[in-house]
Amino acid sequence: MRLFRRKRRRWKGRGAVEISPRRRILRTFLRNRTAVIGTVIAVCVITVAILAPVIAPYDPIRQNIRSRFSPPQRSYPFGTDFFGRDVLSRVIYGARISLLVGVSSVLLGMVVGTAMGMVAAYFRGKAETLVMRTVDVMMSFPDEVLGIMIMVALGSGLFKLILAIAFLMAPRFARLAYGPTLALRERDYVDAARAAGCGNARILVRHILPNIFGEILVMSTLWTATAIRLEANLSFLGLGVAPPTPTWGNMIRTGLDHLVDAWWVSVFPGAAILITVLAFNMLGDGLRDIADPKLRT
Amino acid sequence: MLGYVIRRILVSIPTLLVVLTVVFILVRVAPGDPARAILGDYASQEAVEALRRRMGLDKPLWQQYIEFLGGLFRGDLGRSLISGVPVAKQVSYVLPYTLELTFTGIVLGVLLGVPLGIYTALKRNRLPDYIGRTFSLLGLSFPTFYLGILLLLLFSVKLGLFPSMGGGRAGDPVDRLRHLFLPALTLGLIMTAYITRMSRSAMLNVLNEDYVRTARAKGLRETRVIFRHALKNALIPILSVVGVYSIVLIGGSIMVEIVFSRPGLGKLMVGAMMQRDYITLQSIMVIYSVLVVILNLITDLSYGLVDPRVKYE
Repeated sequence: MRLFRRKRRRWKGRGAVEISPRRRILRTFLRNRTAVIGTVIAVCVITVAILAPVIAPYDPIRQNIRSRFSPPQRSYPFGTDFFGRDVLSRVIYGARISLLVGVSSVLLGMVVGTAMGMVAAYFRGKAETLVMRTVDVMMSFPDEVLGIMIMVALGSGLFKLILAIAFLMAPRFARLAYGPTLALRERDYVDAARAAGCGNARILVRHILPNIFGEILVMSTLWTATAIRLEANLSFLGLGVAPPTPTWGNMIRTGLDHLVDAWWVSVFPGAAILITVLAFNMLGDGLRDIADPKLRT
Repeated sequence: MLGYVIRRILVSIPTLLVVLTVVFILVRVAPGDPARAILGDYASQEAVEALRRRMGLDKPLWQQYIEFLGGLFRGDLGRSLISGVPVAKQVSYVLPYTLELTFTGIVLGVLLGVPLGIYTALKRNRLPDYIGRTFSLLGLSFPTFYLGILLLLLFSVKLGLFPSMGGGRAGDPVDRLRHLFLPALTLGLIMTAYITRMSRSAMLNVLNEDYVRTARAKGLRETRVIFRHALKNALIPILSVVGVYSIVLIGGSIMVEIVFSRPGLGKLMVGAMMQRDYITLQSIMVIYSVLVVILNLITDLSYGLVDPRVKYE
């Protein structure tokens, strides 16, 4: 009898809770610890970047030669650099460039790359050969090598940096969008849309894109981490935003010459990159697990 | 096999040609006049024009392109715009440093990553697995140059165990090895993180296969099931991942060479970029292209070593 009652209660419990798909996704997301921790850290970094003028204790480019290379202490928790600039304030302001470049380049790469991949798969023929062979060539190169070449061709600057990283991101999105579009174009509902008189553009945007967008969104989170790391790499090589504007990469580079006497100039901005990239990787990993539980290996 | 290699090399030629064309265009559209960059802002227009003529920059683009390809065909990479030294000579000096660094990084990554990936797969959802997954996630998130800086701070600055810069004296293997250790460890740890993750994933997929269940049902020892039945089949995806990430590692080697002030292709490339030495820059890009093609070829050929079903016809 007792067993029976317990069974009934379980049944009741299950049947009573009827949750909407949106709530189910949220619940699955909240159960994924990696995704939640990643989100919390990413939100913190974004908040710091937005509120930089309010929370930064000092002007990030104001020089104070008298207190140059001060080690971490109460007035300068992350110490000061060669020009006596507060490293903490520069790390806080540096978040703005890293996030701006990371997010904008991924967005730009996503729009261009997804369009390329979808067009290649949908129209096939010459468009497919041209786009996918270009993608193959671009993706067979280390990002740093191609990034350096593109930055040399474009010249340095914030917008050019975004453009260069978007250029590196676009082939990834093209390859991602290509496969599913190839499968979806054969589906009955696409034929039905075509029979109903829909044009190719409408079929691609209204009927195919919504079906692949989830996957693209998930991967764009992971690739934001890659873009942030690339920005740091290029800035470290002196190809990013020109000083004195603080970026994490250029801060580490300037600190490299004084690593023995003033480790803090390089170590703190590096930690900021690591934490931010880790956060986006955790968020992306978590989202991927939620989107496709088969990948949860 | 030899026929396959020749065919693969022939197939790579169009790809290489596209890459060379892209390199040529990128270098030519770069802002600023190389001749002006060499002579400085105060040089007269006549001097700049004379240098442009000497460098062949006054010729039509198609002619420059043909000469560029012709030079490469003859093994002539041109001369540095800054030092005048043949680029082939500079490359032949630094290439061994880059190769030994990348190769050691790959070997370290495979030696540490594959066993770690297998171990974490076997201990799925237990403490070693969580530690392994955290380690690989951290490794994937570490910018290569930052990991290099932290290792340099710990092992060179604090403990004084290894030299912090340079590539070691030529002809002194012990000195070369001491200089190689930290840069190779940096690349090796990053590679380990990638390979651990992918090996774990490949191994988990294989462990769910019917033939592994059958092997266990036959009463085979667990070590035999893992090494003879599971690992052999997981090796193909692991190998392709090693190939892909070796290319990523070549990119990482640029950053490591800068951090450790180590001679190498990457350092030469960054130096050429700073000085707007476009000839050196484009030649290094060509070398990187060839390296990538060779690496892809080696990866493809290695499939046959681990999987007898792969035939090279």
